[in-house]
Amino acid sequence: MKKNSALSNYLGVIGALLILCVLLTIATDKFLTLNNMMSILKQTSFNALLSIGMLFCLITAGIDLSVGANATFCACLMGMLVKNGMTNSFVLILVGIVAGALVGLINGSLLTRLHLPHPFVSTLGMKNFLWGAALLVTGSQMIGGFPGGVTWLGSYTIGGFPVSFIVVVILYIILHVVLTRTAFGRSVYCAGGNMEATRLSGINSANVLTMCYVLSGFTAALAGIVSIGRSGICNGTNAIQPYDTDAIAACVLGGASFMGGKGTMLGSMMGALIIATLRNGFTLLSIDSAVQNMVLGAVIILAVLLDVFREQMEAKARRLQAAAAAKKEG
Amino acid sequence: MRKARFLPDLCRDESSLLLFTHSMKKGEMSMSEYVVELRDCTKTFPGVIALDDMQLAVKPGEILGLIGENGAGKSTLIKVLTGVHQPDKGEIYVDGQRLAFKNPNESAAAGIACVYQELNIEKLLSITDNIFINKWIKGPAGLLDYNTMHKKAKEVMASLGQDVDVRKPAGSFGMGVQQMIEIAKAVLIDAKMIIMDEPTSSLGEKEVEQLMKTCRELKSRGIGIVFVSHKLEELFELCDRVEVIRDGQYIETRDIKDWTNDSLIAAMVGRTLDNLYPKEFGIKGDVALKVEHLEEGGVLDDVSFEAYDGQVLGFAGLVGAGRTETMRAIFGADPLDGGKIYIHGKEVKITSPSAAIKAGIAFLTEDRKGQGLVLPESIKTNVSLAHMKGFSSGMFLDFARIEAAAKDNIESLRIKTPSAEERAGQLSGGNQQKVVIGKWINTDADIFIFDEPTRGIDVGAKIEVYNVMNRLVKEGKCVIMVSSELPEILGMADRCCVMRGGRITATVDRDSKFWNQEDLMKAAWGGTLE
Repeated sequence: MKKNSALSNYLGVIGALLILCVLLTIATDKFLTLNNMMSILKQTSFNALLSIGMLFCLITAGIDLSVGANATFCACLMGMLVKNGMTNSFVLILVGIVAGALVGLINGSLLTRLHLPHPFVSTLGMKNFLWGAALLVTGSQMIGGFPGGVTWLGSYTIGGFPVSFIVVVILYIILHVVLTRTAFGRSVYCAGGNMEATRLSGINSANVLTMCYVLSGFTAALAGIVSIGRSGICNGTNAIQPYDTDAIAACVLGGASFMGGKGTMLGSMMGALIIATLRNGFTLLSIDSAVQNMVLGAVIILAVLLDVFREQMEAKARRLQAAAAAKKEG
Repeated sequence: MRKARFLPDLCRDESSLLLFTHSMKKGEMSMSEYVVELRDCTKTFPGVIALDDMQLAVKPGEILGLIGENGAGKSTLIKVLTGVHQPDKGEIYVDGQRLAFKNPNESAAAGIACVYQELNIEKLLSITDNIFINKWIKGPAGLLDYNTMHKKAKEVMASLGQDVDVRKPAGSFGMGVQQMIEIAKAVLIDAKMIIMDEPTSSLGEKEVEQLMKTCRELKSRGIGIVFVSHKLEELFELCDRVEVIRDGQYIETRDIKDWTNDSLIAAMVGRTLDNLYPKEFGIKGDVALKVEHLEEGGVLDDVSFEAYDGQVLGFAGLVGAGRTETMRAIFGADPLDGGKIYIHGKEVKITSPSAAIKAGIAFLTEDRKGQGLVLPESIKTNVSLAHMKGFSSGMFLDFARIEAAAKDNIESLRIKTPSAEERAGQLSGGNQQKVVIGKWINTDADIFIFDEPTRGIDVGAKIEVYNVMNRLVKEGKCVIMVSSELPEILGMADRCCVMRGGRITATVDRDSKFWNQEDLMKAAWGGTLE
């Protein structure tokens, strides 16, 4: 029974992806080609990385609106070092990742140590801060000339298959195991389901939450490195691109809820693939970017609506079930 | 069970009453002696009879004390009168006219107001805004006429003995003034009766005095007052009559001169012990938990006690006496200002729940939904929550062991559920409580603190909870049980601490002559045992 319900949870999102693919295949013969598939996977990587952090935060009933800006900031920080003559890829990547994780640590600490009421506000503030910081460190200029070790992750392919996507898949598998099979992973869900009960069960919920934001910062930094590989440059103005919205959309499509306690790695991966496929289809069909934004906005609203309806239906079914059980007993 | 006729002196002929209500128009003289009267009211919630043929009658210009143990039905009674709950059966008369309240607005329109214990104050808005909320006075252009409202608000507050700047935010005043704002609201809607639900519980001495003065002033204006209090001395000072209720039933109303401290307590306690409590005795061992001079600003005051292995130590007292706070402090859920905790003779520093669990303490919280369970998660997850390290092999959780533990819990605690995968939120209250108990049994604890372990669960589930306690003490563990049900404490505990106002006022052994409801109740209400 449980296996079935778990599968049916994914049925919707997998079905949506398949239908989307069929529609696009019919609409344009440019869609179903190996090249285009690889390009979709390449596009997926960036959003899928941001979605990891977003998912962990959403499960704890929080949110991280600074993921996109954090990715851009980390890329720009590395760009600044390159501009100043740093050519060691290892050092560059290390600096990017440490900076990203540090931003996450600040986000998490604001929430758990300084008790800001909801991460919506603090991470929104952080997003703007990082936007400014990204422009500041780059002098508002695009910077290129990154060494190969940095661009490798976002640009290299093995037999046409993008390395970035392979890395993403490996990360997703590891984190899937973490979420479902480790004490930390269960604590993440439980903290989202009932923070106080979790704390009173002896779990340090504050540390669990902080870790989620640190992870979010870490994956954002990885996304930043992927973006450098894809475009060859870093650009501070990208910090206000709606990257966070795409990540939220991927998680919500995959079954995460703003109420916390829900969401899976597999679901988010499917969600990220849907978003990338949608954007890819729009480009192939030469649909205006303004319309693209409208459709994506509608998709997010639709996904949340579906989630709300599903919750209501489940609650109703539970009530009916409880009433029937009560009747039987009485 | 039918109570003695409540109002023997009044003619209650059904047909004449019908005629009477038909012919009565607004403003006509009422023939009833009472301004508000509740008759034969029954209110049930799933599995609980909250009110059972309840009666209440208030004369105009009278202060009626209302008193009863925790869970006697005071809150439900108030909520029926204020239209929050609709009774299953029973009648409400206001000025002799039969009314049925579908919602709080209708009750307010009929002239019944209530000052709840948790005040309904918008702290950031001015006193005027609070008083005129939803009753705004508008000027000719439809805009709010603050000049008039400020003036009126000032008048009303002054008439209640409060000379305050009504333009200031309500939150900048103390609890006494905030309460007066609620009373002012009642006065402003021309309330015929004002219910005050434990109005003095959050007031200082001076403020209580002022409140009593105001009550007498309202009384002189012909307003009836229902004064709910846990403090007997206040009832004797203020009330004309006092009504006692117990287990949702009306017990007795007498003029204040006909009550004494002892007769009030006896009427409140009333019940006899039956064999609901399958007490089994363990072998008294060493001191498991010793607590010395616990201090928590404003909440706990020099709390010291000892609890033994193989025994159940009960904690009695009224709601707000500091019992839960004591337990939370011991468990590291709230920070302490001072005091020492020893476990099996060794001093321990407990700064967080995880430290407490490491030290061998389990804590079943009184609020199982808010603090005990993760409702959207499975039974399996919930029963493993407090012991995840123990359920792990290396880095990973050992689901086979969790499954086995959950199955064992379901069997030994008789949790009614289709499977261990069931979400905790879908279980009934009693079964939820058993899941929380399972969570703590699965830890390696030696000291089990159970805070109101049987609240809101049915008798069958209660007995199973008691059996868990029996098993624990027989295994030589130490159990501490906080309970607001005195019979439960008398039935299940080996010793009992009584708390009042953040202090332990008495510690009574099972073989003491004070081991009875009257004496424990007396201690809980501030009396001394001698």
